[in-house]
Amino acid sequence: MTEKTGITLTINGRDHAIRVEPRRTLADAIREDCGQTGTHIGCEHGICGACTVIVDGEPVRSCLMFAVQAAGKIIRTVEGLADGDRLHPMQEAFMQHHGLQCGFCTPGFLMLAVGVLEREPNISDDDLLDVLSSNLCRCTGYQNIVKAVRAAAAEMRGK
Amino acid sequence: MKPAAFVRHVPKTVEEALAILAEVAPQDGRVLAGGQSLVPIMAFRMARPAHLVDINEVAGLDRLAVDGGKLVIGARVRHAAFHKSVADGPLGKLLAYVVRHIAHYPIRMRGTFCGSLAHADPASEWCLVAATLGAEIVARSKRGTRTIAAADFFQGIMSTALAENELLTEARLPLLAADAKFGFYEFNRRAGDFAMAAALATYRLVDGKIAEPRIGVGGAEAQPRRIAQAEATLAGQAPGDAAFRAAAEAAAKAIDPLEDIQTSGEYRRDLVRAVVRRALEHSA
Repeated sequence: MTEKTGITLTINGRDHAIRVEPRRTLADAIREDCGQTGTHIGCEHGICGACTVIVDGEPVRSCLMFAVQAAGKIIRTVEGLADGDRLHPMQEAFMQHHGLQCGFCTPGFLMLAVGVLEREPNISDDDLLDVLSSNLCRCTGYQNIVKAVRAAAAEMRGK
Repeated sequence: MKPAAFVRHVPKTVEEALAILAEVAPQDGRVLAGGQSLVPIMAFRMARPAHLVDINEVAGLDRLAVDGGKLVIGARVRHAAFHKSVADGPLGKLLAYVVRHIAHYPIRMRGTFCGSLAHADPASEWCLVAATLGAEIVARSKRGTRTIAAADFFQGIMSTALAENELLTEARLPLLAADAKFGFYEFNRRAGDFAMAAALATYRLVDGKIAEPRIGVGGAEAQPRRIAQAEATLAGQAPGDAAFRAAAEAAAKAIDPLEDIQTSGEYRRDLVRAVVRRALEHSA
């Protein structure tokens, strides 16, 4: 009864036909079944935010969604941010402002920040700070992440 | 840290959902809405439902509308829907203020208002809103539909009046009067964490005096509820420090505080005193 079912996940514009059990989280399916290991898995219960991806335009925890629920939806992961060799303004800003050290949390922060700014380009600095409290980083002390995201927000608004 | 195996059911209509629920509920079947509480609990293996009735594709449950003086919130309406005011007047503003205290942005994209009520965590902001404002909660099963008052719905820690074969299809919040004032305050140690105590206050001013006060406290007892003693001290008083402190004192005295390894009853009582006063200060 809990046998695998065939679904198609559309990640960064590419279709992945996979077979998964209903209990397979979207995070595990993205990494293990689709081989897209840019999305990281930290706590597996929605606290750390490392696995944040964008599903149908919404930044969500991919560990708190089942892969079968994402069939037919448009999934974006960190691999899809850059345009060829040209980094996304958010990635560029993280480099410029030293928004990462070990890099484990970075894909989650990038997708969180991009996902929110695409929905709310004119979000206030205070609200952006609240948004960034969603994810955990154990290296940077957050200040450089905040600087990077605010810089990228200005850049994205200017485009 | 991976959920145990389950069978997923994906009904497209409420009737279909109710039929499946009637069949699988006795076999440890649960309803899956936003999954932002249930899935973590499954990952911890604290819950191992054999069946999940996934209502994310059920038509009609995404209704969010004002109807007959009430805001009707369907079972698929996500927390994030309240980021912007969804109703004219103070209620929309109240919900938009409170929603920012619920977990974090990505969680609010998926989690649902009605799911929070059904889960009935004592620290839930929406449960506090429902209890304080006197929500009506609509429960449907194959046998029929019933409407449950919030005061009867919450029955303890993660415990509600819902029967296992009932689906919470919608909640209805009465609109607040155009001149109603509200205040909310929540205490926790980290942004987005569970409330260690929270308070919601609403009232009107008639000739400069507080009328129709409602004071709700959440996170402090097994379930959120209105505190009649605090409301009684406020009624007829002019809003201000003296009245707010008296109400906070009455609330602190009235509660039967939850205790846990980090929080003694005495500390929780002190927090209630603080959150009620601050909610009232926020209202003024």
